[in-house]
Amino acid sequence: MRRHQFATVVLSLALVMAVTPSAQDIPRTSSGQPDLSGTYDTATLTPLQRPEAFGDRLTLSEEEAAAVAQGEPIALAAAFGIPEERNIESAPPREVPPVGGDGSTGAAGAVGGYNTFWMDRGTSAFQINGQWRTSIITDPSNGRRPSFTPETQARMAERAAFFRPNSGTAWWLTENGRNLEAPGPYDDPEIRPLAERCLLGFGSTSGPPMLPVLYNNLKRIVQTEDHVMILVEMVHDARIVRMNQEHEAPELRSWLGDSVGHWEGDTLVVDTTNFTEAPALSGASSNLHVVERFTRVDANSLLYQFTVDDPTVWTAPWSGEYIWPATTDRVYEYACHEANYSFRGILGGARILEQDVRDGR
Amino acid sequence: MRKVTIITSVALMLGLAVGVQPAATQSSDFDPPRLSNGTPDFNGIWQVLNTANYDIEPHSARPAMQLREGPHSMLPDVPVLALGAVGAVPGSMGVIKGGGRIPYTTEARALKEENQAHWVERDPEIKCYMPGVPRATYLPFPFQIFQNDSSVFIAYEFAGAVRDIYLQDVGPAETDSWMGQSVGRWEGDTLVVEVTGQSEQTWLDRAGSHHTNQLVVTERYTMTSANHIHYEATMEDPNVFTEAWTVSMPIYRRIEDGARLMDFKCVEFVEELLFGEFRRTPLPR
Repeated sequence: MRRHQFATVVLSLALVMAVTPSAQDIPRTSSGQPDLSGTYDTATLTPLQRPEAFGDRLTLSEEEAAAVAQGEPIALAAAFGIPEERNIESAPPREVPPVGGDGSTGAAGAVGGYNTFWMDRGTSAFQINGQWRTSIITDPSNGRRPSFTPETQARMAERAAFFRPNSGTAWWLTENGRNLEAPGPYDDPEIRPLAERCLLGFGSTSGPPMLPVLYNNLKRIVQTEDHVMILVEMVHDARIVRMNQEHEAPELRSWLGDSVGHWEGDTLVVDTTNFTEAPALSGASSNLHVVERFTRVDANSLLYQFTVDDPTVWTAPWSGEYIWPATTDRVYEYACHEANYSFRGILGGARILEQDVRDGR
Repeated sequence: MRKVTIITSVALMLGLAVGVQPAATQSSDFDPPRLSNGTPDFNGIWQVLNTANYDIEPHSARPAMQLREGPHSMLPDVPVLALGAVGAVPGSMGVIKGGGRIPYTTEARALKEENQAHWVERDPEIKCYMPGVPRATYLPFPFQIFQNDSSVFIAYEFAGAVRDIYLQDVGPAETDSWMGQSVGRWEGDTLVVEVTGQSEQTWLDRAGSHHTNQLVVTERYTMTSANHIHYEATMEDPNVFTEAWTVSMPIYRRIEDGARLMDFKCVEFVEELLFGEFRRTPLPR
């Protein structure tokens, strides 16, 4: 017991030392603040939520980390659920996808959208203080989001049943006996996912909290004396953090929330509220409150930490952290809306499927 | 004496009508606020105050952005009729340096006029597409410059468009894009930005002014007071212009308390326009 406590103290000290680099190790602005400016690639194979098999284990062994980097399914499957057979080229002998899709979801495909060439989830797990991590989430200790409140569970279950993978038929008209008036998941643009509408990137890449996603994980930070601008590659969203300011009046709501920042020692603390009803973070509500902490670990990386609190959605706050390595890559323009031909296809396709039912096909 | 008075009056009208900076202030006797590396400090929220986005050429006020023949004069075309005076185009002395019109080739002039006649279907601004440069500067929306010793970055309120202005040689643009590739350098206290690789799909105003992807825009930002930038943008595009030409205008700092960029994700505002016909139950259109 005593030994355990001692170990905890040592570990805590190590963590504190890891996130409190000595003053001369990091770039600083002319006014002496740590300079966070740069471009960062936030891709990582470590999943947001820890695979349940790891229990409360925060770290991976070197062998396990090597296995993850080799593409073993430890993190991949848990994080993204991408079937192995997708890891093939989009060229012969690959055959056309089955009518109605292959049952997979999201950008990975259904009808064979992207193969792994287009995905960029990084090449390894991430390390903090020399230790490979099993998950981004650190609190709760099992590395998994706390439960949804009962109301949110019901809401999410309802959504999941309604927004199901495309089966190639207008199931909503026939599922409970033929009912041509039954509402469907493709009735109007406004009920489609925000990413499909090109309003925000998917998977909370814009956040806050800003989480790694399937591809386009670059972040560009330009820090000035009174603002920190964080460009999110996907959908070219510029998060503008106002330093040492008060939050907006509650009636002013925005897609990325209202972010104000201040320095706590060498850490930039960003507090975000005033979200719309549909923040980027899945399940969150307009009550979402996110606190992010940005700390320069060294000249080549940032430690990004966050705490999420939305008592109407989750039964407890939850926190996580991961490393943002600097990159020399430049952020290319992510023009989503300007070429969103597929959105017409998605809505228009549903109209055709509905016509098939009406015509008895 | 009378001649001088007339010239003065014309100059005054020019100044009042389009806010053209008197030439004397362009060479910036003003000693601007500076960053620690000595470059002028452009940080802040800025906005143009003119009608260049309607039509960069000199023009009298007209009834609408898209017109049709009436029995006695040009009238608002059907799609914009309901807007009444709100949809009218204010007059302007134009923002082209030295006056005059855009030096289009004959074919390019004809396309501009055709674009104007089909404004509602063709103007990318209506569809909330990223505006390109220089139109982003003189849209009736603010933009914010973030500048430090190694970076200059502009975030525009309209459509959430952004530009990262590289301060080193990054080679030719690797692909066309809506906002192009911007490479900046300092000429004295003037920030000079060369913009290339712009998609031919962006326009220069609501009057159908267009370009191809060979467009090279050279912008010049010079602080003329703590709250003013003198802005010039020179356009070169051998596919459509017979010679280089330049727009010139002041940009004003938004000095009011609490000034900031607001959300203007107009994508959701144009969903009915672009996708409404695919609703399960389409609304009257």
